[in-house]
Amino acid sequence: MAANHHDAREATMVGRRTDGTLVRRPLSPHLQVYDMLQMTSITSIMHRITGSAWSVGLLFFVWWITALASGPEAYATVQGFMGSFIGVILLFGLTAVIWYHTLAGVRHLYWDAGYGYDIPTTYRTGWATIIATGVLTVLTWVVAVIAWAS
Amino acid sequence: MSENFPSTTDHQTRLQTPLGRVRQNGSAKSGTHHWWMQRVTSIALLPLMLWFIFSLAIRAGAPYEEFARWVGHPFNAVLLLLLTGIGFYHTAGGLQVVIEDYIRPERRAMVAGLLIRGACWLLGLLSALSILRLAVAAA
Repeated sequence: MAANHHDAREATMVGRRTDGTLVRRPLSPHLQVYDMLQMTSITSIMHRITGSAWSVGLLFFVWWITALASGPEAYATVQGFMGSFIGVILLFGLTAVIWYHTLAGVRHLYWDAGYGYDIPTTYRTGWATIIATGVLTVLTWVVAVIAWAS
Repeated sequence: MSENFPSTTDHQTRLQTPLGRVRQNGSAKSGTHHWWMQRVTSIALLPLMLWFIFSLAIRAGAPYEEFARWVGHPFNAVLLLLLTGIGFYHTAGGLQVVIEDYIRPERRAMVAGLLIRGACWLLGLLSALSILRLAVAAA
């Protein structure tokens, strides 16, 4: 506790045993005792990771739209990068990130509405999210490649 | 009967944390608003993102003029402005939760949160101005 001495939030971690003695309440989830390779925890942390990655990916959008407003020369630079090998790899990754976060977000809204909390349904919606992410990512790029070629 | 129990029993019956009591923050003061707004913005972003992703995909490799004209169209420009505003709001709110969960001590989390919010305003306004410029210039 000494290491986090300056964090007022530590006060919320203090609890009492039934005999009245103070105890530092454990932090959830327990990384030591909890199996992190479960559908529930994997899809949860993936939602955070993809949300954070999308935030970085937003820079692509800002770069693209500002270049578009600046004129053809600035736009050619963006287009050059987006069409390069690294650019295509990053955009493909961003597409997968976007679809995962979007679909997992729908799954969260479904939970917020009060449905799908039992374990079998959680696993079904989890697999559906992962599979649909793959399908929609490929579909988006099939559409883009056809448009590019034509 | 109650005098037989130690005084700590009073505290154990409260769901509110001691810190929350001292700061006079009800549990629903702003936490519920933040949670609710993340849901509201996510629902709004869902159709906007679907429209945007496929609008870009079907125009992949299109020349500058086509994209400039597309963004400049009043209907598209309004949807893009909504997407930008709601998108950056949702991003700032989401990153704030991640920061609050992982960055310690509290002061550093607060500074990081303010920087994120500032960056979202800056980049959001930059995008909005770009959209408006294309929309007005096209006329």
